[in-house]
Amino acid sequence: MSSRESILGKIGAALNEAGEKETRYAAAAARIATPPKNLIPNRAQVPPDDQVQMFRDWAEEVSATTDRIENMDDLPAALTTYLSSQNLPSEVKSSEDPLLENVDWSQQPTLTRNCGIAEETDQVGLAVAFAGVAETGTLVLHAAPENPTTLNFLPETHVVVLPRSRVTGDYEATWKRLRDERNSNMPRVVNWITGPSRTGDIEQKIQLGIHGPRRLHIIIVDDV
Amino acid sequence: MVRSTSSQFKSNVKEALANEQLQHALKSIKTGFVAKRKIASERLEEFEELRDQARDIKTHTIAHMDVYLEIYQQNVEASGGHVHWAANEDEARAIILEICQQADAKTVTKGKSMIGEEIGINEYLEVNDIVPIETDLGEYIIQLRGEMPSHIIAPAVHVTKEQVAEAFKKTHTDLAPDRSLEDPDDLLSEARAMLRDKFIEADVGLTGANFLIAETGTSVIVTNEGNGDLTQTLPKVHIALASIEKIVPTLEDVTTLLRVLARSATGQEMSSYTTFSTGPRREADLDGPAEYHVVILDNGRTDLLAGDFSEMLRCIRCGACLNHCPVYNAVGGHAYGWVYPGPMGAVLTPGLMGLDEASHLPQASTLCGKCEEVCPVRIPLPALLRRWRDQVFERDLTDWKTKWGLKWWAMFAKRPALYHFLVGMKMQVVAKFAGKKGHFKSIMLMSGWTDSRNFPAPQGKTFQALWKERNK
Repeated sequence: MSSRESILGKIGAALNEAGEKETRYAAAAARIATPPKNLIPNRAQVPPDDQVQMFRDWAEEVSATTDRIENMDDLPAALTTYLSSQNLPSEVKSSEDPLLENVDWSQQPTLTRNCGIAEETDQVGLAVAFAGVAETGTLVLHAAPENPTTLNFLPETHVVVLPRSRVTGDYEATWKRLRDERNSNMPRVVNWITGPSRTGDIEQKIQLGIHGPRRLHIIIVDDV
Repeated sequence: MVRSTSSQFKSNVKEALANEQLQHALKSIKTGFVAKRKIASERLEEFEELRDQARDIKTHTIAHMDVYLEIYQQNVEASGGHVHWAANEDEARAIILEICQQADAKTVTKGKSMIGEEIGINEYLEVNDIVPIETDLGEYIIQLRGEMPSHIIAPAVHVTKEQVAEAFKKTHTDLAPDRSLEDPDDLLSEARAMLRDKFIEADVGLTGANFLIAETGTSVIVTNEGNGDLTQTLPKVHIALASIEKIVPTLEDVTTLLRVLARSATGQEMSSYTTFSTGPRREADLDGPAEYHVVILDNGRTDLLAGDFSEMLRCIRCGACLNHCPVYNAVGGHAYGWVYPGPMGAVLTPGLMGLDEASHLPQASTLCGKCEEVCPVRIPLPALLRRWRDQVFERDLTDWKTKWGLKWWAMFAKRPALYHFLVGMKMQVVAKFAGKKGHFKSIMLMSGWTDSRNFPAPQGKTFQALWKERNK
């Protein structure tokens, strides 16, 4: 007997007293087919504009910085301003998200934008969020050919563009959108990102930037 | 089983209490985790209700565990991943080694995994000429020091920053020996720099899993450092190591559990990185592992499911019960002798290793109930500890002095008149011996008490006598 069969057999033997396996299977399949809505906290069930503000407040509480611009045309200038304020070179490794591809980057000639996966030498990663969750100031990003995951973790500075319309109150709304838009095909990786990398492993003092980004900068775009 | 000293609990405790550095390090728990959990739980008005739901989700899942695991496996395979089943630690280690050898691995980076500790994977890989590199800062520190974790979410909580500096100077010998490592920021930067190349060079990334989602065939890791993500994204092979009870039904269910996990663990609203991984790199992806494996471990858990301790399988490893336990706060994690310390460890360890090895652990509790009060999935830890104590007694694992004392006491207790007479007399005699001090500094056969504190002498009459008088 394989280990799989012996483990599942032992579980089954322990559970069979309460009911047959077929009954259990039917219950499990039903829960997966229509996932029950669990309790969603009231906190973020507020009008969209308040959700945006709440998103910013929570994100800033965990040491992210935020900015708000009118439309994507303002992005190159906002990015340049941020990079110089942090004394960072005017160079980003970027995702090829359609939103970024359609920007006229030539308006900031000093800014260099390269696309592809992040490498050790890249100092700034630029990505577009799938969603922002107001409840805790959490960004949701997911892997795709145009969105390499390394951009989110390898560079010391992570800049994320978040269209205002993608800010939701709760995580559940993002699962719904993901299922709807992708026909329930789960992306290879979904990243919830709440603030920059941190550790409390040395005497429980919080320190930022241990392995992932030291800085997380979120640019909210009103009109996309 | 791996390197346990649980049977020497009593001598471990003596050492821990006398260890000044440990006692200094343990002080940070109350001002850190405990205070932060309190704030976070109060900031979310539905927190208590969410705990009820979290408990119910786990209870439902455990009652359907086999079918959810089967559905999970189908969905992992549908996304191109592989599922391996390991009945015990030997099988888990062999599976991991084989995957590493097929990938021709020289180094393996590791995210924090308590199951990895449970099966002793690092030692096993080393023996087989593969270098395991812990990348969680706390795990890295204790790997350098050759220790086991002393806390399930803060493995190096027993280590002072001076000891970290010492370990770094000893290991990072390429760097200037007279460099300053006094500031914690120096330590952070050095660790970041040292581990950067390791992430990039590694052939295999081994992580744990906080949850496995049946609906989507997804493994979930929750971290703050981002080391888990670099570990599983950069190498060509990702292995996720999980035990059977990590399974949850749906994305909605895992979301509810995540709402209580970080708040209970570190007092964060949400950990920095929660990562949901489903299968290997897709066809047009530019990064991510080419192979994705999940190892599902039993190692004694099906026995817990069949017995009186199935509620323990609800545990989501937040560490709140450790942080709030007066015993853990006094002796730290290493005294418990194995991988899982504190109240959850005192229930789990006898279940996984057997009562012969771990019979002391369920006794190491005042049953104050704080652990149950803070458990996000409401595991009745004190009741489970008492259940183990019953078994220790029944299985004749209690020492002869206790047994003899109890028998002697029972002989009188069964005869109330004689008992009251003797107790009343004893009180008078004892009070006389104590004299004006009102306490004893030492009493024969009671050094267990009087070595560390005075024993108060009885005052006046017995409770029973007073009761009688006042009801006249």
